[in-house]
Amino acid sequence: MLTKRIIPCLDVKDGRTVKGTQFVNLRDAGDSVELASRYSDEGADELVLLDISASQEGRKTFHKVVEDVAKAIQIPFTVGGGVSTVEDVMRVLDAGADKVSLNTAIVTNPYLLDAAAAKVGSQSIVAAIDAKRHEDSWLVYVKGGTVPTHLDAIWWAKEAVDRGAGELLVTSMDRDGTKEGYDIELLNTISRTVTVPVIASGGAGELVHLKDAIVDGKADAVLAASIFHFKEITLADIKQYLSENGVPVRL
Amino acid sequence: MIAVIDYDAGNITSVCNALHKIGAEHFVSNDRKELARAEKIIMPGVGEAHSAMISLKNLGLTGWLTDVEVPFLGICLGMQVLFDHSDERDTRCLGIVEGTIRKFDTPDATGQLKIPHMGWNTITVDREHTLFQGIPSGSFFYFVHSYYAPVVRETVSYTEYGAKFSSAISKNNFYGVQFHPEKSGEQGLKILKNFIELC
Repeated sequence: MLTKRIIPCLDVKDGRTVKGTQFVNLRDAGDSVELASRYSDEGADELVLLDISASQEGRKTFHKVVEDVAKAIQIPFTVGGGVSTVEDVMRVLDAGADKVSLNTAIVTNPYLLDAAAAKVGSQSIVAAIDAKRHEDSWLVYVKGGTVPTHLDAIWWAKEAVDRGAGELLVTSMDRDGTKEGYDIELLNTISRTVTVPVIASGGAGELVHLKDAIVDGKADAVLAASIFHFKEITLADIKQYLSENGVPVRL
Repeated sequence: MIAVIDYDAGNITSVCNALHKIGAEHFVSNDRKELARAEKIIMPGVGEAHSAMISLKNLGLTGWLTDVEVPFLGICLGMQVLFDHSDERDTRCLGIVEGTIRKFDTPDATGQLKIPHMGWNTITVDREHTLFQGIPSGSFFYFVHSYYAPVVRETVSYTEYGAKFSSAISKNNFYGVQFHPEKSGEQGLKILKNFIELC
């Protein structure tokens, strides 16, 4: 049986993993390659590495981190952050990543999704959607969650899949870093709308949150960052808990 | 020396990293003369059958591949193109194994069957096989694919996702795995090791 995936996320700035609350107030969480290896050993099903460096220098460092992580671990990983052309996509995959996550660039230029999927296949293309509640719907935000757009998140999710995204990484900006749980309604709505796997992101704080995202939110995978980095909950805890609650996981 | 075929159909970096990890000397090539010197051949592949077959054809490798006599391992798409035909853009493949590659059914009303089949799933090993030596039936491997190979005479292990499909096949010197051994942790490395040391 296909199992639900548990995915630690590493926000990488100048080679170090950091974590903020609602996209700001960064705290240092350690060396990225070391963390990636640790998670892989502890039973992570996949990893996500996001480059949040602002400088050219930081981007170069990040590229090296991707290469080193690819050499260090034998599980799949997705890379995102600052990817804005088909050439960027190729560069990330050539460095050893399995999937590329696209966010701001595909909102600005949706055709990039078509072009990237045609070049490397949908299975390697993840559309990352940062969504924030706005009355009774959700709006898409870009540039690391700082700039609102007029796009409805549910519409955009479907559009991104139609254009070639093989997976969606759905982050609730309202919940990110709060540890109050994932936005279940957002996840459930998107998951019922699209035919590709959905990764839940933003808000994990307790074990029950992960289960709710899968069972009620219909997510195929759950992503979290700070609960892992600061060893609040281990991967083994999560898998045991989910398994006891009837969620298929890789033990 | 192991040759890894680079035919512009996806990610060879991961396969090379994995070979490096298990200490297997290897080289990357798409040149028939160089490949002919290899003791074993690995053909990775992600992406799409039609483009993959065109790449192989443009490199002059299609005819040559069917006559390869050394142990050959196709991974993911590299396994699928060993079959006769793929429904993916109605593509004629290498025809080493009889059968047609089909697409997973569209997700059902409950949304249970997402495509691609992406993530860790178990394999059931049908019979004793060198590729799976030391790997128990029921082990987890990492899959990413939207098309699947049917269960055929050459099936060594099968996996279930909506339908039952071949997750590993073997015919003479040709071996194929639908999952990604290079991305399946220790068990995946063991598959590569078995191929290199035992097949």
